[in-house]
Amino acid sequence: MTDMSINASLGADGLHTSDAAYKRLKARYAREARFKAYGLTAIGFAVLSLVFLLWTIVSNGYTAFLQTSIQMEVFIDPARIEGDSDAEKRTETALRTADWRGMVNSALAERFPNVPRSDRRFLNDMLSQGAGTQVRDAVLANPSLIGQKHTLWLLAHSNIDMLHKGFIDRDGPPAQRPVNDRQLAFYDEFVKQGALVARANTRFLVGANSASPELAGMWVAIVGSFWTLIICLALAFPLGVMTAVWLEEFAPRNKWTDMIEVNINNLAAVPSIVFGLLGLAVFLNFFGMPRSSPLSGGIVLALMSLPVMIIAARASLRAVPPSIRQAAIGLGASKLQAITHHVLPLAMPGILTGTILAMAHALGESAPLMLVGMNAFVVDVPTGPLDAATVLPVQVFRWAGQPERGFVEKTSAAIMILLVFLLFMNAIAIYLRKKFERRW
Amino acid sequence: MQIQTTLPQATGNRPEAKAKMAARNVRMYYGEKLALKGIDLDVRDREVTALIGPSGCGKSTFLRCLNRMNDVIEGARVEGQITLDGKDIYDRSIDVVQLRARVGMVFQKPNPFPKSIYENVAYGPKIHGLARSRDDLDKIVESSLMKAGLWEEVKSRLQESGTSLSGGQQQRLCIARAIAVSPEVILMDEPCSALDPIATARIEELIDELRTNFTIVIVTHSMQQAARVSQRTAFFHLGDLVEVGETAQIFTNPRDDRTQGYITGRFG
Repeated sequence: MTDMSINASLGADGLHTSDAAYKRLKARYAREARFKAYGLTAIGFAVLSLVFLLWTIVSNGYTAFLQTSIQMEVFIDPARIEGDSDAEKRTETALRTADWRGMVNSALAERFPNVPRSDRRFLNDMLSQGAGTQVRDAVLANPSLIGQKHTLWLLAHSNIDMLHKGFIDRDGPPAQRPVNDRQLAFYDEFVKQGALVARANTRFLVGANSASPELAGMWVAIVGSFWTLIICLALAFPLGVMTAVWLEEFAPRNKWTDMIEVNINNLAAVPSIVFGLLGLAVFLNFFGMPRSSPLSGGIVLALMSLPVMIIAARASLRAVPPSIRQAAIGLGASKLQAITHHVLPLAMPGILTGTILAMAHALGESAPLMLVGMNAFVVDVPTGPLDAATVLPVQVFRWAGQPERGFVEKTSAAIMILLVFLLFMNAIAIYLRKKFERRW
Repeated sequence: MQIQTTLPQATGNRPEAKAKMAARNVRMYYGEKLALKGIDLDVRDREVTALIGPSGCGKSTFLRCLNRMNDVIEGARVEGQITLDGKDIYDRSIDVVQLRARVGMVFQKPNPFPKSIYENVAYGPKIHGLARSRDDLDKIVESSLMKAGLWEEVKSRLQESGTSLSGGQQQRLCIARAIAVSPEVILMDEPCSALDPIATARIEELIDELRTNFTIVIVTHSMQQAARVSQRTAFFHLGDLVEVGETAQIFTNPRDDRTQGYITGRFG
């Protein structure tokens, strides 16, 4: 600083106390206030979008946890069960193939005795296609019902369900209405008798998939997602941690390790569908792994998550201060001891957080899994990682493409379930991070 | 070690003291850069040797050669000979893990493990298998903390984290941790530079006590500290060992102009 500028800054009329200086100061504060306002606007916009998104999903989806049922008194007619005359000869097969739907239809006809023959099918369509199966399951659980009248709640057809939940405008033009005037009359009669109510719907969670919205459940997708993630975790976690430890602690710095590093970083940015193509070409076509299975899907997701996990693990290993390594080595610990006793345990919370976030990402992944066949329509709940299965996001995708109005709420509800799982996993990640905050 | 019974405990000139460690023409490279330009230095048994000199003069580098801590730095290379009890520590037959058990180290910044006080001290004996039983280990921990002058302050909270202690206590914990392995030589790399004057005084007292059982090499930036705690002082400058001698002689009657300049504060 020259003598002149010192004098100027300390002068009475003051470089920093003149009017111009106060103006500059004011402009500076104004700029800061504007900057804060931009930030608040951005956050406000983000929060509003999030609220809108959640509101849309929840308002569309919460009804899926209720399902309209109709109370019916069904006569379990022995005549409709093959070989019933002799209870001893009544086989399991006979019970499974009996005309259960016929019994349900008879019960409906009994309820509305004056319906002309031509309107019978409208009446029968009041109930779900699965109503017969419901009766069968009740009888299989309790064979003593045969020959008696049994009262039970049968699922209404999806259209009636939609009508009851208010998604169908009953005053709309009949041609565009999936429920015709006759069915409206039946519906009103059921409601008047108190025999038609929306009841809690566990089938949606623990049932298998179906082409009929009222029967469709997402258990196959939940189990499939579970197995896929287990496979993914079992492969990606040890591989990722080992790679990170080697690269961070043991690898020499040369052009080979530089190349490995660059490639890992690039792989983290590769579109996930490319991993799906790789899985299709290598694991399914070359190694002949089972199509649609969580095994193939899990391997593909493991490949996808590996780079992300390696990067996260390396970052948390790097965050362990070198002084800890030096302390251990200075005491005569071998390099491996320094790493396994001190560095890795200290880095573990960070590694776990990264792993859980990578798993959450994998849970929400659909594109690569569709390429290895996990978009199949699967009715049987998978019992292991080799059975055909689907996963939650793919289930959402498939239901979103269905034309029936009933699948709209199923789609939103499936998204809600997926979000719950994601929130749960992120909560664990946050918990781990908080619990093991830096302790040095 | 053979002549230890005849060693006088007093400070001062002890030409008969045996060299515990000896460096002969030690040259050290970081990649292409020559960091030590041929150091010849004896570290005498059960004495405190202070290494002084301006920043970047190579004193810490030399200290780290003494227990091969430089091994982990990539591109670091040591030439010449450093012996411990007459054996070359860079010889192939020397196990570096065993060497570091015999030549312990205390670092500039207190670096306790983020574990309990007990675990911090017990770690060394555990990995070297020095304790046969839990009782053995308890005894080692207690005696190490006592020697480090920390026992009274922490005996009631051994399970608390080592990082919860104050800076000076942490450094004494690190000294206890080094002692617990029963090393023969303790290297200290500016052990008081992160501490306040009171904590520094405690550490200096401690160093003076430890001298009866251990050979100590200490790097320090404080001339007063070197004068207070050491028996011999070595002055490093630009990778050279300029002068080494009895501490009193170095500080009162240095032979080299550079030493004179440094200790009177003209440079450094």
